[in-house]
Formats: sequence, C-alpha cells, structure tokens
Amino acid sequence: MFQSLGDRLQSVFDGLRGRGRLTEADVKAALREVRVALLEADVNLEVAREFTNRVQEKAIGSDVLMSLQPDQRVIAIVHDELKEVLGGKSVLPTLKSEGNVWLLMGLQGAGKTTTAGKLAYRYKAQGRRVLLVAADTQRPAARDQLRVLGEQIGVPVFEVRDGEAPASSAARLKDHLRKDFRDLVIVDTAGRLQIDDALMDELADLSERVEPSERILVVDAMTGQQSLPVATAFDQRIGVTGLIMSKLDGDARGGAALSAKHVTGKPIYFAGMSEKIDGLEPFHPDRVAGRILGMGDVLTLIEKAKALEGDDEDDDGQMRNLGDFSLQDMLTQMRRIKQMGSFTDVLKLIPGAGKIVPAGTNIDEREIGRVEAIISSMTEAERHTPRILNAARRKRIARGSGTTVQDVNRLINNYEEMRKLMKRMGKRAPRRGARPGLRG
Amino acid sequence: MSWFDRLRDGLNRTRAATFGGGRGAAWEMDWEDLEFALIGADVGAKLAATVVAEAKEERQRGTPFREALEKALLDQLEPDRMRQKLRRVGFNLDVSRNVIEPAGHVVMVVGVNGVGKTTTIAKLGHYYLEHGKSVMFAAGDTFRAAGSAQLAVWGERLGIPTVTGESGADPGAVAFDGASQRKARGTDLLIVDTAGRLHTKHNLMEELKKVKRVIAKADEREPRDVWLVLDAVTGQNGLEQARKFHEAVTLTGVVVTKLDGTAKGGILLPITRELGIPIKFIGVGEGKDDLQPYDAAAFVRALLDMPPVAA
Repeated sequence: MFQSLGDRLQSVFDGLRGRGRLTEADVKAALREVRVALLEADVNLEVAREFTNRVQEKAIGSDVLMSLQPDQRVIAIVHDELKEVLGGKSVLPTLKSEGNVWLLMGLQGAGKTTTAGKLAYRYKAQGRRVLLVAADTQRPAARDQLRVLGEQIGVPVFEVRDGEAPASSAARLKDHLRKDFRDLVIVDTAGRLQIDDALMDELADLSERVEPSERILVVDAMTGQQSLPVATAFDQRIGVTGLIMSKLDGDARGGAALSAKHVTGKPIYFAGMSEKIDGLEPFHPDRVAGRILGMGDVLTLIEKAKALEGDDEDDDGQMRNLGDFSLQDMLTQMRRIKQMGSFTDVLKLIPGAGKIVPAGTNIDEREIGRVEAIISSMTEAERHTPRILNAARRKRIARGSGTTVQDVNRLINNYEEMRKLMKRMGKRAPRRGARPGLRG
Repeated sequence: MSWFDRLRDGLNRTRAATFGGGRGAAWEMDWEDLEFALIGADVGAKLAATVVAEAKEERQRGTPFREALEKALLDQLEPDRMRQKLRRVGFNLDVSRNVIEPAGHVVMVVGVNGVGKTTTIAKLGHYYLEHGKSVMFAAGDTFRAAGSAQLAVWGERLGIPTVTGESGADPGAVAFDGASQRKARGTDLLIVDTAGRLHTKHNLMEELKKVKRVIAKADEREPRDVWLVLDAVTGQNGLEQARKFHEAVTLTGVVVTKLDGTAKGGILLPITRELGIPIKFIGVGEGKDDLQPYDAAAFVRALLDMPPVAA
C-alpha cells in the first residue's frame, strides 16, 4: 500500500535530526519525496514538477529551516499549497433562475451517464424542473440507461436519434422546451477520446448549438498520467467551465483531480462518492489534499460524527471513566460507528489508520452484526459485569444470538483486551498535546 | 495486414506520446528523460527506476539502446519467473501466440466501473466466433440501468445467444442459468458479464465470489478463467484493483482496454511484476477486430517500433 507522505518525510528528516539546522539541500531532498508521493498519487509529471518548485520557493524563503519540526512545517506548506491549487474552498455550478444547460463530457467510462442521473436527482430535490438529454448514440443501450435512471427519479428524458446531426437535435430540443418548460437541462454526451478529431468536432458542434451555461468535464478519479492531456484537449476544443470527479469512493488517491484542475484552472464542483443516486457530494479541496498526501480525511469523519450528535439514544453509553468500559459501552460505541457508514469506510478516514491496520484489511461488516447479536442476548447484569459469564450463561447467549460458544468467547476476549487498552489510555490521558501538527 | 502491423498501428499514438518521434537504429534517449517517459506512461516511480537501471546496465555491456530497453521492459512483463530466468540466460521465447485459448468453457469477466467490460465481452465473443467456437453470453450486470440490455444488443448484432435477467435480479441466478444452459447445449464457450464494482466495496466483492461459486454449482470446475478488464488510462490504483480482485476471485488473466488513445497502460508492468497475472488481450481500437491477443515480446517490439521476431 501507499506510504503516506508524512511517513516519507519523517524518514528523510529523521536522518537529519540532531544536526541543529536544515540546509537548503535537505529541503530539496524532502521535496524529491514529495514529488514521488505526488506521482504515486497519479498527479501528472509536469504538474508535480511545477508544484514542487513552487513549494520549494515558499519553504526556502520561510522560516522552515529554523523551525523545530521542519517535517511538520513542510507538510503543512505542501498541504496548504495543494489545497490552494485544488481550488481553496468548494464551489458549486452557477445556476440562473432559468435557461441552465449543462453539458457533460469526458472519456468512455468516466461515469457521465451516472453523474447526469445524480445531478438530475440532486437538483430536482432542490425544486428544479430538470430535463435529461440522452445524446450518447455511440454506446449500445446508453440511452436506455438514462431513460431508466430518469424513470427512477421522475425526471423526463429527451433522446437524440441515431445519427442525428447536432443542429437537428438542438432544434428539436429547443422546440421541446417551448412546449415543456424546464429550468435545468443536463446533456449526457457519448464518451470520446480526446484525440478523436471527428468526435471532438461533433462535440464542439453540439456545444455551439445548445449553448450550454456549464460545460462540465467528468474525470475518473482512478485516471493516471493521462488526466493532463485529456483535460487539456477538452478545454482547448470545447472550453471546460468546471469538473466533476467520479469514483472517488474507491481507494484511488485522486491525483487526477490536481492535474485536471491545474490545466483548466476551473473549479471541481462535485465528487462521486457512491454508486447510489444520491452519491454525489460537493468537492472539498482540503479533504482531497489530505487524501493525495495520504493523511486521512478527518474533516469528513468529524462531519459524519456531528451529523449524529444529539441522537444519543441511551445515556448508558456515556463512559463515566475510561477504566470501567462495559460491554454495553462497547455495543453503544459500535452502533454509533455503524451509523457513520461502513466500518471500513470510517477507518479509511482516520489519519494513521493506514499504518495500524495492515494493507488490504477488510472488516467484515457481518462480524459487527454478530457482536451486536451476542451482546443483545446478554442480561443487563452480564453486560456490566462480564465476570459472571460462566459456561451455562455463555451457552445460552450463543443459542440466543445464533452463534457458537467460541464466538462468544472470542468476543469476551476481545472485550478484555479493549478494556485493558482503555485503562492504559486513561492513565496516559493527562499528557495531552505532546506533538502538535497535522498527523494524528 | 498482419496482426502485428495492426498492433503496431494501434500503438502508434502510444509510442509517439511515450518516446517522442524519430527512432532510427541509433535512437538513444537521456536516462532521466526515459525515466520520466516511463512514469508518464503510468509505470509508477519505483518500477520506472528499476527499468532504467536494468537498461543502463545492459547498455553498458554494449547493447544498443533500443534493445537494452526492450530487454528491460520484457523482463518486467514476464509473469512467469521460470521463463524470466530462461530469457535472462539467452533463450528466445518470443514465439507469437496467435490464439488465446481459454482453459475451460466458462470465462467470467470482472472489473471496476466504466472500464469497458461489456464492450470487451462483445469483442471476445466475436474473436472466438472467428476462431470457430460456439459462444454464449450471460448478462450478469443486473445492477446498472440497462446494463444487460447493452450486452443483449451486442449479442443480437453478433448472433450470439445471450442469457439475461431482470434489472435488479440476482447476478448469481443469471450466471447459473447461463452455465447450466451452456452445459445442456454443449456450447464451447460462455462469457459471463458482471456489474462493474469498486474493489474497495466489501459486499460487492462478496457478491462476486458468490457468482463464481454459483457457476461451479451449475458446471463443476468452472469458471476456469476469470479475467479482469482494466482501462489503459488507469493510474497507480490499477495495481490495487488487480490485487483486490485477485484476492476475491483468483484472476487468470487481464484484458487491457482503450490502448488506442495516448494512454500507455504502463500499470501493466507492476501488475505482471507483483501479481504474476498474465495479460491476455489488449484493445487497440473501437472496432470489433481491434482486440488483439497479447504477447509481451510483440507488444514491446511494436511499442519500440522494431520488426517482429521471426517465428
């Protein structure tokens, strides 16, 4: 798995500790690591080079060399710069009161049709009268896909005919809109290679005819070095006004976002975060910056946790002190985490979890269900004083929860481990904030 | 036009974008430029350094630059350690395979979303029809809206019977139907489509395992082949994709699509190197004939614009 940039820089600087000050050459060595990390995250070579040059200027010009924790300072500069390049804060597409036409374009398989459906769903929910236009006549059944999506979300779909010239489709569309007023039209186009002149011409023609207010390039988050030539070509030929990153819910680092943003200079509006129809979220540059650097995504985690605040169903879960952590507490905690999404997803958001949890670990979500069942089969007394769990009780619990006695034993052992850990953490608690910095 | 020429043509743009224009016999590249070119081809920073180091070493022995590079690249693209060793001591293993034979009667095709699984299956169907096999499809993509319709349209065009299920139906059921029908009819080859899924989605990967198990229930010892379809524009995440799919359903091959653009599919190197999964086909165009059997030697030679090795 990827080594996070933090770890890489740490090892560079570790070798230098104790020498008092860092030299310019040391910073350059560190920036080489930054560049490799960016390349591993699929940031385009050119972009990575330019980026590290800029960071170098900033780092050498500032007081980094004198600071006590140069590694943390360099990471902070890199993080801020990344955030800046990615667009600073999140931006949404411009939306006028009427006459909005959004054109979606990109390579084959980038996720245009799915994104069109998600956009339609999102803006319909906000009270817009949305029309989807299925202009992908290349891929078999692409229009069917959009029609089905449209039916599911209750948005009408206007279909371009086979081999129809853009002029004719545009005219028919205008005609259609006169009869059926729509304030947001989303056009799903066929995927095409940026070097396919004929298809790019056709797209340019279509774009001219329908006069879109937004021309959105959909980029697959898993794209490698190609993101740069692709974004450049679409921008030059059609003119990109904004970007959407699809499939950012995988474990791709999403360096393509940086490259595409860099060449077009246009904002990234949304990120595709799941296959479901509501799986489109506003793009947060700071979070993706952390992700590219392998620093985890604490903000999303905090946001998820915040969304759950206030619906603590039972106060039993409130831990009175870290030492007495009961099975009931464990259950409450687990349920709370479960509400935040899949356990594996949540874990991914925690900085440093990449180090603790071995690469490729996948937490079986059903395991959590099993634990829930076991604890739920215990009496109040058993949950608070697991010591009383003798063989007979364990047998009863196994039967009640549809598991085996071994499962119950394993859970109790895990619980004991956890309790010991909690106790130790409780003792260590006063030494707070020993190491400020970005890494948790 | 021989398939080698077609391959070379298909890779023209890839080659130009990777190594620049003119390549006479005396073609030579700066080592650092080469390293960047390889990274730019999505080979990854680590492997690029390895290839450069090996090519450099070979070059110092007096081997011309292009051959040194060919050797270093081939070394990385040889999934079989034994063959790699043989190659190193000088055996010539570069005999182009003309037909890729599936191991059994059922090939299951998997991959993440949008890599071109369904189109690839259509091309595979066409390929095996051309090679005199009877072919069937099972449209196991019941998740995507109109996913199975897409394959059914292809089946109709090619004259290949397609087993479909309702949208939202259990993909295992479609695969089961397909596998039992193939057995009953005695068709040579069944190609099973599956819905695209991100390799990080635990439940979806479990579903995929189930599809595989269910096929075995209908037809013992099948599917003997599970092929991963990979988009050539994929970056370093491609390795992780291959790893996760391999863990879940044990891949027997990889098909690389969309190599007709300027994408170079350099992620093939780490995949063959680290996971030892052979590449079966590469897609170098949109036409149904543009799916080519993959042969590392021919691929590298076409990429470097060298004449094919005489068989």
